[in-house]
Amino acid sequence: MRNYVLGLITNRLGSAALTLLIVSFAVFFATAMLPGDTATILLGQAATPEAVAGLRAAMHLDEPAFFRFARWLFGLLQGDLGTSYVNNVPVAELIGARFVNTMRLAGIVTLFAVPLSLTLGITAAMFRGSVYDRIVTVLTIGVISVPEFMIATSAVLLFSVYLKWLPALSFASDVTSFWQVLKIYAMPVITLTFVVSAQMIRMTRAAVIDTINTPYVEAAILKGASRRRAVLVHALPNAVGPIANAIALSLSYLVGGVIIVETIFNYPGIAKLMVDGVSTRDLPLIQSCAIIFCIGYLALITFADIVAILANPRVR
Amino acid sequence: MANLVEIRDLKVEAKTDSGRRIEIIKGIDLDIAPGEIVALIGESGSGKTTIALTIMGYARPGCRISGGSVTVAGKDMVALSERQRANVRGLEVSYVPQSAAAAFNPSKRIIDQVIEVTRIHQLMPPAEAREKAVSLFRALSLPDPDGIGNRYPHQVSGGQLQRLAAAMALISDPKLVIFDEPTTALDVTTQIEVLRAFKAVMKKSGIAGVYVSHDLAVVAQIADRIVVLRGGEVQEVAGTNEILADAKHPYTRELLSAFEPKPRGESIVAALERKPLLQVNGLIAGYGPVQPDGLPLVKAVQEASLSLERGRNLGIIGESGCGKSTLARSIAGILPASAGQLTLDGRELAPSARQRSREQLRELQIVFQHADTSLNPAKSIEEILGRPLKFYHGMKGKARDTRIDELMDMVRLPKALRSRTPAELSGGQKQRVNFARALAAEPKLIVCDEITSALDTVVAAAVIDLLKEMQRELSLSYIFISHDLSVVEAICDEIVVMYNGRKVEEITPAISKVPQHPYSKLLFSSVPKLDPSWLDRLERDPELVKTYVQG
Repeated sequence: MRNYVLGLITNRLGSAALTLLIVSFAVFFATAMLPGDTATILLGQAATPEAVAGLRAAMHLDEPAFFRFARWLFGLLQGDLGTSYVNNVPVAELIGARFVNTMRLAGIVTLFAVPLSLTLGITAAMFRGSVYDRIVTVLTIGVISVPEFMIATSAVLLFSVYLKWLPALSFASDVTSFWQVLKIYAMPVITLTFVVSAQMIRMTRAAVIDTINTPYVEAAILKGASRRRAVLVHALPNAVGPIANAIALSLSYLVGGVIIVETIFNYPGIAKLMVDGVSTRDLPLIQSCAIIFCIGYLALITFADIVAILANPRVR
Repeated sequence: MANLVEIRDLKVEAKTDSGRRIEIIKGIDLDIAPGEIVALIGESGSGKTTIALTIMGYARPGCRISGGSVTVAGKDMVALSERQRANVRGLEVSYVPQSAAAAFNPSKRIIDQVIEVTRIHQLMPPAEAREKAVSLFRALSLPDPDGIGNRYPHQVSGGQLQRLAAAMALISDPKLVIFDEPTTALDVTTQIEVLRAFKAVMKKSGIAGVYVSHDLAVVAQIADRIVVLRGGEVQEVAGTNEILADAKHPYTRELLSAFEPKPRGESIVAALERKPLLQVNGLIAGYGPVQPDGLPLVKAVQEASLSLERGRNLGIIGESGCGKSTLARSIAGILPASAGQLTLDGRELAPSARQRSREQLRELQIVFQHADTSLNPAKSIEEILGRPLKFYHGMKGKARDTRIDELMDMVRLPKALRSRTPAELSGGQKQRVNFARALAAEPKLIVCDEITSALDTVVAAAVIDLLKEMQRELSLSYIFISHDLSVVEAICDEIVVMYNGRKVEEITPAISKVPQHPYSKLLFSSVPKLDPSWLDRLERDPELVKTYVQG
C-alpha cells in the first residue's frame, strides 16, 4: 500500500518535470520568435554589418535555434540563468532581490488569505442559506467582479490621498521599523488578499457543501452530532483534496500575475522585472522569469495533488 | 403500558425545484410499544423513510415537518429545539441506513465511527466503548471482531458494513432503532446472515424497531406489526400474520399477489418449429490489459456456453459480481468477447458490435437496467422511438409517426406522453419507453439486463406481464438477466445459474424445479418466503455458506 502511494507521488512528480521541460521548450521558442534582431537593437542605429555579425557570433545567435535551446537548458540545470543582454549582469543577480521581494509579498498574502478564506468558506457552507451565507456570497462575487487595479487605485485614493495613513508607494528600501514594514505592505497585501480570497472562498464553500450532502454526514447528524461536528469532523476531511487544489490555483496567481498591483504600488517584484525585460528585448531575463513562474505554478499544483493523494485513505 | 412512540396527525411538506410546497405525508397516526418491531412498507415515494426519520426529529434538506406531533418517550420531537433533538438522536433513537457503504465516512476508521455516538453523548470512556463495540461485533457474528474496527470502510464487504452500521446504532443501548431498507443492497445469500444477526440482537435486548422496506417477505421475518403506506397515507395496519393471511386493503393484496408464483405457460411455438436462435460457445470476456495468451487480465465470464431456441426464454441468474451483466454485454457486442463463438440464427456474429451488419444489430437488441441513464434526457419520447425506426427501417414522416403511435400503444403508454422528455415520466413508464425502443427495431432476440430491479414490486409485475404479451404477439425471445429468482421463474423456460464468472447449472423449470449444484441450492433456498417462520426454520449447511457467501 505504501509503495503504491510512493508510486503515485513519483508519478506526479515525474509528470511535473515533463511539463516543465515542455514549457521551457515553448518559452524558449516563443521568445525566440519575437520580432527584431537582438544584436541590431543592442548596437543601435550606428551599427555596421560587421559589428552586428561579430556580436551575433559572440552571443551564439548565429547557431541553429535548437543548439541555443540545448545550451540554455543545460545552463538552467546548472543554475546558470544566463547574462542579461541589456546591462551584461548575470540574470540571477537581477532576479535575486526581486524574487525575494515577490516571495515575501506572496508569503504575507498567503498568511492572511488562506485562513480567512477557509474560515469564511467553511462557515458559509455550514450555515448554507442563512443571512450570513448570503452576505459572504454577495461580497465574494462582488470582489471577483471588480478588477484588481480598481481595488488598488481605490485603496490608494482612500488610504494615501484622503486619509494619509499609508504611503502610496511600496519601496522596500528605507525600512527602519516594524511599523514601517506594516505600513508599506498594508495596501498591496489588502488588494491581493481581496483578489485571491474570493475564488478560494467560493471553491471551499462548494467543496464542503458537496460533502455535506453525502449520506455519511446525514448519518453523523442522526448520531446526534452537532452541525459543527458534522462539518468539521465528517465533511471537511473528505473535502481536503478539492480545497487544496483551489488554494493552489489561487496562490499560483501570486507568483506571476501580480503585475498590475506591483505597478500601481511601485513594488519591486519579479513580475515588473519581466515586463521591463520585454520592453528592452532582454531574452535571457524574460525566459528565466517565465520559467520561474512556471516552476512556482507547478510546485503549488503538484503539492496540492500530493496532499489530495495523502488525504484519501483508499490509496493511503 | 405507555407507547414508546406516538405519532399524531403528522404532516411533512417538501419544496419542489419551482418553489411549490407539496404535502408528502398527509396526516399519519402511528404507535410503537416498547420492544415492538413495526415495519413500514410501501413503494418508492410512499413516504416510508420520511416518516421513519421524523421519529428522530429529522427531515431531509428541502423537507419540513409542517404539522402534528411525534412523541418519543414523552418528548415531542417536533417541538424540541435542534440542540435538544441532537440529544435524542443516537442516544434514544438510532438509525441504520439503507446503504452502509455510503453512510460510513470513507476517511475515518470504522471503530472511530462506531464509538462516535458514545463520544458525542459522553456515555463512557473510549476504551470501554471499544470493548463494547467488539462485543457487539461478536454478537452480530462479524469475522475478526477484534481487528475489523481498525479497517477503513472500503476494506470490508457490503454485508459486513451493514452489520457494522447496526453495531454503530446499538452501542448506545437505544430504546428504538430505525432500519431503513438495511438489506436491500445485499445479495440474497448475504441477506440471510444479516437478517439473522439483526433479529437475534433485537430480541435479546428488547429494543423496539422501525423496519422500513419494500419487501414483504423480508419484513415478515422480523416485524410484529406491518404498516402499509402509499402516497403518504396509511393504507392498512395489522399484525404480521393477519396481513399475510387476511389483507383487507386492495393495495396490500396487490403487494401480496406479486409473490404468488406465476408459472410460465408452455411456450407457444410448437416443438416442430424449434430451432436454435442463439448459440454461445466457450465465451470468455473481461476487463483489464490483454495478457500474452490473448485474454484479458480480469476474466468476468469464463467459458460460458448457452443455447436458446426460437420463441423460448433464457434466464441468467446470479449474485453481484458473478459476470451476468458482462455476459449480456458481450452477447450484444458492447464488450467484445476475447474468445468463443456467437451464432445468431445460424450465422456467426462478430465479437464487436462495430463489425456486425446492420441487420444483425437489428435482430439482437438490449434493454438496460436503468432507463434513467439509457434514455437521452434531452430528447422527447417521440425522438427516442423515432431514431431506431429511421436507422433500421429508413422510416420517415407519416409512416414513422404512425409506427411511434403503434409502439406506444403496444407498451401501454398514453399518446399524450409523445412530446415529453424522460425526466417527466415515472420509473415504470421510462422502462416501457426503454423497451419500446428495443421493439422498434423489430428484433428476434431482446437481452433484458435487470430491467425490473429498479422498479417497485407492483410495477415490475406489470412490466413482466407486458414482456409476456409482446412475446405472444411478436414471437420474440428474451434473455432475461436478474438477481431475482422469482422474476426469472415467471418468464423463463430455461434458467442458467452463474457463480464467479462460470455457468454452474442449467435448469429447466418445466421438467425439474430442483437445483442440483450446491451453489444453486443455496441460492434458491435463500430467497425469502412470505411465511414469518421461514427464517427461523431455514437451515443452511455452514460449509456451503463458507464456500459461497462473501458476507
